[in-house]
Amino acid sequence: MKQSKSKDHAALAAAFIKDEERVDWHDGALWFIRQKRDIASKQIPEWEQLREAASAIKSNVISNLHDYLLQFEANLTRNGVTVHWAANADEHNAIVYSILKAKEITQMVKSKSMLTEECQLNEYLEERGIEVINSDLGEYIQQIDKEPPSHIVLPCIHKRKEEIGELFHEHLGTEKGLSDPTQLTRVARKHLRNVFMTRRAALTGVNFAVAETGEYIVCTNEGNADMGAHLSEVQIASMGLEKLIPQKKHLSIFLRLLARSATGQPITIYSSHYKKPRPGQEMHLILVDAGRTKQLGRIDFRDSLKCIKCGSCMNTCPVYRKSGGLSYHNTISGPIGAILAPNLDMKKHADLPFASTLCGSCSNVCPVKINIHGQLYKWRQEIVKEGYAANTKALGMKAMAWTLSSPGNFTNAGNAGRWFMHNIPFVVKNRFNPWYKQREMPEGPKESFAAWYARSEKK
Amino acid sequence: MALFIPCYVNQFYPNAAKASLQLLRKLGVDVVYPSKQTCCGQPMANAGFEYLSQECNDLFIENFSGFDYIVAPSASCVLHVKDHLKSHDSPGQADTIRTRIYELVEFLTDVLKVDKLDAVFPHKVGLHHSCHGLRGLYLSQMSELNEAPFSKPQKLLSMVRGLEQVSLDRQDECCGFGGSFCVSEEAVSVKMGKDRITDHTKHGAEYITSSDLSCLMHLEGILHRNKSVVKIIHIAEILNAEL
Repeated sequence: MKQSKSKDHAALAAAFIKDEERVDWHDGALWFIRQKRDIASKQIPEWEQLREAASAIKSNVISNLHDYLLQFEANLTRNGVTVHWAANADEHNAIVYSILKAKEITQMVKSKSMLTEECQLNEYLEERGIEVINSDLGEYIQQIDKEPPSHIVLPCIHKRKEEIGELFHEHLGTEKGLSDPTQLTRVARKHLRNVFMTRRAALTGVNFAVAETGEYIVCTNEGNADMGAHLSEVQIASMGLEKLIPQKKHLSIFLRLLARSATGQPITIYSSHYKKPRPGQEMHLILVDAGRTKQLGRIDFRDSLKCIKCGSCMNTCPVYRKSGGLSYHNTISGPIGAILAPNLDMKKHADLPFASTLCGSCSNVCPVKINIHGQLYKWRQEIVKEGYAANTKALGMKAMAWTLSSPGNFTNAGNAGRWFMHNIPFVVKNRFNPWYKQREMPEGPKESFAAWYARSEKK
Repeated sequence: MALFIPCYVNQFYPNAAKASLQLLRKLGVDVVYPSKQTCCGQPMANAGFEYLSQECNDLFIENFSGFDYIVAPSASCVLHVKDHLKSHDSPGQADTIRTRIYELVEFLTDVLKVDKLDAVFPHKVGLHHSCHGLRGLYLSQMSELNEAPFSKPQKLLSMVRGLEQVSLDRQDECCGFGGSFCVSEEAVSVKMGKDRITDHTKHGAEYITSSDLSCLMHLEGILHRNKSVVKIIHIAEILNAEL
């Protein structure tokens, strides 16, 4: 994978921004989707009630996860599905491998699943001689470019059609210079048809899992999950523990919210329900923890598990739009990634909660009303408490706190302005100061308001 | 009523503070400025150092207890106090302050219920919604929600003679200031600021106004660097402007 892990978000974002024309295009493409979401959501008079209901149902799920999981497992088993439990990514990958190995399968087709990206399943299987092909077009493009997805719904949104044409020329033998999306899609479609026809195993992710019935629902626009699953003799589904909903009727809320929030569509083209294996087919479902129960135990952050992975927080986030998903150096990028990632590795992801202005737009588009920006603020406090903030920053903050905590330090020092000149970033006028690089400093007036007030009130 | 003037406004934008004071007095409010005030503690807290801001909190409580209202020309600082002012010794006083503190615009529209102003400002003005004012204090309806639109600052600006409000492509996008974000994520911060400015300038704004000077200070830095003729002005200065 080309993803860099040594640089932090600010450095990766700065590199992305160097090509300003590309940033403007990326920002515009995602803003267009945010606008589509606005139009779609405003056609539903009860939109805000739907969000409230979805949030409440997910609160119930994460508060009663234990019971719902056991109910779900019992129903899956009754339906003839084999259930596996994985505590972490390694266990998950080993389970998939053992299922394939038992059937002597060496090629698998996979539809979109952020969980298997998180577990790095493709790499794991490839090391063991099993070829995996991602069948979602955007994921497929990312796979042939050996790059992780930059967005959970739109995996290659950072790539322009000319770049995709170049990749197809190199890997699929299309004519050089061909960049027409329809023609490129036809080529990929033909290629993937052959993949679907020949693969004996298919793996899908899960959008929603119904505890009451033991069925799971996969939402796609391309029908690629169905193509893989229907033609396979072994069907595997990987899901995070938090994907449960209690009852089938609750889908009427979540399916109305998901696609509208994600792309502004009323619903995804396919909402496929999987329940029982066909005669002669094997079905497996892997329930994966991988940090989720740890997050559940964090009272300030447990609501992040309500996420239905619509990506609307990314589309609306101005920082995401200007910095690109890969700058978050995590499978899940954007605001939601920034509150999920520190749970898994606080040190490695210490920069992510700071990659936000706390503008709050994310929390207000979120279909399950996760207080994302509130959690970003709280992660900042945790990260500093655990000692993962840069030392220089900590020293500066202590000096600032000392000065601002006493009026004597602040004003009676003779010249508070002088203190500001030394301690507030936007007033140090040299090229090492990030404020001054592209911005002028505010002009210091002759007299502060406090001094003017003291003088004029005396009269 | 006590006037709370945020630390950087006191130092860099005294005219906005003076305009706030004069405007409130013009409207018949008995205003004082407690002289020992410094800061709300937000710079530390947003950077993850909330635990260092307790002395700031205590000082804030000492300065602002006992008033019927506390008003500040800064949505961001007001929101911080509302959300995070805490006290070990006098939690009751902290709670009282949190319910009595108002941002200037909301104080004018919600408490004083101002319906006319004696202000003149014959210019084309773009209104920048600060995120803390918009999504924190609900000074206007945010574009994310499916709720009835309203805007307290727009309502006040519409009372100013000669003022023409310009419309924007993105009515409520963040400017990229974000406290320490403005230096720790310099590239993104400046790009966000530049794009906000372009939205205002391409619609003919001569002035960009807001209820938050932190946003405006950031935008002004970019405007000055690019030698733009467009100016920033705090909303209090417009509402207090006379011929």
